[in-house]
Amino acid sequence: MIGALLRRDLAVLLPGGRRGGSLLPLLFFLAVAMLYPFAVGPEPELLARTGGGVIWVAALLAAILPLERLVSADLEAGVFDQLHLRGVSEELAMASRLLAHWLAFAPLLLLAALPAATLLNLPSETLRTLLLGLLAGTPGLAAIGVAIAALTASLRGGAALSGLMVIPLAVPILIFGAGSLARPDGSGLALTAAISLGLCAVAPFAAGAAIRAAREG
Amino acid sequence: MQARLAAKDIACRRGDRLLFRGVSCALAPGEALHVAGANGIGKSSLIRILAGLLRPFAGDVTRNGGIGLLDERPALDPQASLQAALGFWAALDGTKPMALTEHADALGLYNLFDVPVRYLSTGQTKRAALARLLGQGVPIWLLDEPLNGLDTRGVALVEELVAHHLTNGGIAVIASHQRFTAPAATLTLAEFAA
Repeated sequence: MIGALLRRDLAVLLPGGRRGGSLLPLLFFLAVAMLYPFAVGPEPELLARTGGGVIWVAALLAAILPLERLVSADLEAGVFDQLHLRGVSEELAMASRLLAHWLAFAPLLLLAALPAATLLNLPSETLRTLLLGLLAGTPGLAAIGVAIAALTASLRGGAALSGLMVIPLAVPILIFGAGSLARPDGSGLALTAAISLGLCAVAPFAAGAAIRAAREG
Repeated sequence: MQARLAAKDIACRRGDRLLFRGVSCALAPGEALHVAGANGIGKSSLIRILAGLLRPFAGDVTRNGGIGLLDERPALDPQASLQAALGFWAALDGTKPMALTEHADALGLYNLFDVPVRYLSTGQTKRAALARLLGQGVPIWLLDEPLNGLDTRGVALVEELVAHHLTNGGIAVIASHQRFTAPAATLTLAEFAA
């Protein structure tokens, strides 16, 4: 049952999937990395010092883009009602959605971080910390995204609102994730991973409750 | 286990408005109920309460057996082909591919299997949702306006399917403002309006 659920979620959300446009966050991410040197000038030291933080901000914004159709389309189509009648809890459906959402944007984002790091002249040591940080932080970003998308799914204009709501919640991940670039020890990475784990544990329940609340409304 | 659906003294409130109260029914295998009434009187709400998707304001519902719901939302991915969209529910329900093909054939959908759901007409989408319901293989059918968007042949088909379901020991509740020719008791919701 979980397999069928996850397969469908992936078919819908993966780049080139049924709702399409999933490559857009990636291109957006690369575009930021490409534009930044044009905006601040090409000095290698400046780029190497600030580039990691820019990639983090770009990753955060790229995680917001797919939220629009993450939950609302299925809510409108009555998919969650039909799942409920088959004994699939909203929490399980949302956990599957969370995993699919992460798989649809994070691995490609990590790959795209390689050319982005080259564009920003990041040293290999920084790149290593950056990749580890993104690996630790993106599940948390996906969790926030799913919870917010579920909360705003039944609202008119929910898409714009969800983008705004994700940003303050994502600040801790950004602080510790981007902060890990400036510290030689792994404490920043550990804290990013800890926040991510906490968010991934809570998000399916928050999102599930939001779906049920939308049904009563 | 015998299928059974019973509701006792159901009241429904939407917002500040009490839609109806004191609705009771008890359905045994082979029995059907036609919920009749004008628009906005609470037919859909009653169906959703019976399905357990909406909490009743008062009263309680007992359900013995799986619930299948057919309402105005088909729950089929618009971008997917009909086969893929039905295939997802078939995988969840454990419907055999043979049975899925049979149901689609019976509903006149077989040559639409490759067509994306968004290109289907209203009536064809309704038929597709019926195929999903048939594949679910559950004893209790809750049909909310099942005849909407169907042509005369489609209407006859639905009535035939419901009659067949009842002879196989199923239970059906049909909410419709239209006439429904099936061996069903009628519950006129207007009598319970608050």
